[in-house]
Amino acid sequence: MRKLTDEEVHQIIGNILRIAVIVAAVIVFIGGILYLIQNGSNSPEYHVFKGEPKSLRTISGILKELLVLDGVGIIQIGLLLLIATPVVRVIFSVFAFALQRDSIYVVVTLIVLTVLIYSISGGHI
Amino acid sequence: MDVLEFSLLIWLGSFLAGFLGALTGLGGGVVIIPLLTLGFGIDIRYAIGASLVSVIATSSASAAAYVKKGFANLRVGMFLEIATTIGAIAGASLAVRVSTTTIAVIFGLVLLYSAYQSVFPSRESSSPEKPDPLASRLRMDGSYPSFTGQQNYHVRSIPAGFSIMFIAGTLSGLLGIGSGALKVIAMDQVMRIPFKVSTTTSNFMIGVTAAASAGVYLNRGYVDPGLSMPVMLGVLIGSFLGTHVLVISKTRLLRIVFGVVIFVLAIEMLYNGLTGRL
Repeated sequence: MRKLTDEEVHQIIGNILRIAVIVAAVIVFIGGILYLIQNGSNSPEYHVFKGEPKSLRTISGILKELLVLDGVGIIQIGLLLLIATPVVRVIFSVFAFALQRDSIYVVVTLIVLTVLIYSISGGHI
Repeated sequence: MDVLEFSLLIWLGSFLAGFLGALTGLGGGVVIIPLLTLGFGIDIRYAIGASLVSVIATSSASAAAYVKKGFANLRVGMFLEIATTIGAIAGASLAVRVSTTTIAVIFGLVLLYSAYQSVFPSRESSSPEKPDPLASRLRMDGSYPSFTGQQNYHVRSIPAGFSIMFIAGTLSGLLGIGSGALKVIAMDQVMRIPFKVSTTTSNFMIGVTAAASAGVYLNRGYVDPGLSMPVMLGVLIGSFLGTHVLVISKTRLLRIVFGVVIFVLAIEMLYNGLTGRL
């Protein structure tokens, strides 16, 4: 099998990312319609910062929202998918550098991945 | 005003911000936060959370296009992302501790600089003649397509570039912007990477940096679905159109108009921040 070049590998990753963004946007849109149907006539309150409830802050909390099919929960699932897209890119890059036997950059990429996972998991590892 | 009207207005504003951000190459973040805080009276931390999400959306959606043209230097990008992601977490952690007044003032200063940058874009720097030992070890030297065929270039001053990237990451986490302008300065002016390569590599890095800070914001409850939904959808569609119009439009006049708008927003942001209205 012919070895993939840098550009080809990242081209594939780029296309995967684009699809992921479209899927996330569609989920957010569907959740948004539901949210507007459920809350459209309420008045918005963003002047004072209250923070989101626990169920919308953590990965496990957001995934539980799936079961309820609430507009707000569905939007948050789409947003979570979106936040995960750069992580996907970094994971693929680890494999891409490993295939090229570029050990320095495997380590570099793993450091970036660790920082990202540390952040998204809420700083508890 | 009810939630429906509110969401539609926010969508429209975000659409325009994304469109102008893509046209001028400054990104939507610098306009979206003043719009939400000054225009709609939204708490700046909610605005930052929504902006970060839209920064990730535009960066990931355009990743394929940037790599395709063969400009982006993926090794340089990944190496510098160590600095930007750690900086982003530091900035986001700082944002939840300092007052909104402080954030507003820092934002105002960054806006002032962006306004200047919009009207007077930085000059292209020349590539160094000799290879740098550290850059060679890290295999960062590369080439890019130009009118005269593949053009080789060397990279230098990695420690200095790395340090500026840490600051760029911190500002991104603290203010919810992509801080693409500072990333380009680090690569183009300091590391002497060709301008085209610097801007595309910067675009490539923005999403990863924003994801590092978005994680912190999400966990602290600053990513509001009702607000992020219209902002993200608006910026994404706006910047998509902006990128495809850019090819045919004359951007010089547009950059000046945009610079003036940002300048006014900067003054407003500083005034409101200093008088404690935000």
